[in-house]
Amino acid sequence: MKTDDLIASLVADHPSRMQPVWLWLLAGLFAALPLSAAIFMMSFRMRPDLASAIYNPFFDFKFVVMLVLASVSAALSLHLSRPGASLERWGWLLAVPAGLLGIAIVADFAVPQRNSWTARLVGSSAMACMASIPLFAVPFLAAALWTLRRGATTRPMLVGALAGLMSAGLGGAIYAVHCMDDSPLFVATWYTLAAVLVAIVGAFVGRRVLRF
Amino acid sequence: MSGQEHEWTDLMRSANAGDAAAYHRLLSAITPVLRASARRGLLRAGQSPDQSEDIVQDTLLAVHLKRHTWDPKAPFAPWLFTIARNKLIDALRRRGRRVFVDIDDFTDVLPGEDAPEPANGVDVAAHLQLLPPRQRDVLQAIAVDGLSISETAQKFTMKEGTVRVALHRGLASLAARAREELS
Repeated sequence: MKTDDLIASLVADHPSRMQPVWLWLLAGLFAALPLSAAIFMMSFRMRPDLASAIYNPFFDFKFVVMLVLASVSAALSLHLSRPGASLERWGWLLAVPAGLLGIAIVADFAVPQRNSWTARLVGSSAMACMASIPLFAVPFLAAALWTLRRGATTRPMLVGALAGLMSAGLGGAIYAVHCMDDSPLFVATWYTLAAVLVAIVGAFVGRRVLRF
Repeated sequence: MSGQEHEWTDLMRSANAGDAAAYHRLLSAITPVLRASARRGLLRAGQSPDQSEDIVQDTLLAVHLKRHTWDPKAPFAPWLFTIARNKLIDALRRRGRRVFVDIDDFTDVLPGEDAPEPANGVDVAAHLQLLPPRQRDVLQAIAVDGLSISETAQKFTMKEGTVRVALHRGLASLAARAREELS
């Protein structure tokens, strides 16, 4: 085909306006929410003491840190959706959820506790946590990777990993409604491990599907 | 930054505002530069510059389909050269080499020193034949036969909206096929 002919067809297609990537990502995550929620309803109940747990700052903190992780990862993945963009200027944002966890752990040691710190770290549901968060994250991860394809990243593996962290953050927030372990030590260990797992999956899928 | 690059940025801004003529001018203006840098990149990698037109067409498709990822506050040229570099690396990788491409190959926006003759792209033409019939017919009518959207709609007794959708999907599948060859 002659290049001039191709250009003519591109100009003819110019009125097709493309929506920004963030809009697609947001729509995709919202579409995945009922699916993740349905998986949750089928496998777990909300914790029985939910009504009183919301007054426990360590319970509330789990949602804060998971949603901050999801937001930061979403923002960074959108930033990297422009060709040639790098994490140089904004990568430090990933330290925000980690820093929040650090502060919460200090607070955890500062207040009187019934259980030893090792018991709080090991908790009562580590395996359930490790298995459920990735499970709840899957619909979000699929939606994030699918919609981020509309961007043009030159860092497909990194954006895939960020999509994984974003999905794990959202999956973790859903799991937190069930999870009886509120200690930040537990969150820092098991929620983080689960998030790393999803990030690794996201990185490898992203490397394949996010090329443009 | 050269005046040419400022001109590209202005053209792309006008294009984003809906000016199709500006878009045509922009694509025509960047093509010789893309052609020269593709040839240079192939030669540096010890490859024949024959396939440079395929790289040019791949790059133009990507520019078109990803133009919403250009930040209108930023200059256009660095965005363009990142995409062009990406497409050159893809083309070289398709031939089974691990490559490192120097970004400097692209930052020189003078049209090619030896002003290469435009050749025909082979890949896009081959991929075109593999498209679903409706997308292929519409693309062929608009690209090769030079028909407008409304003329194409009349020719195939389709609605104009349907022609537009088929055109856009056709272009997106052309880009997708070039990518699939990689994996």
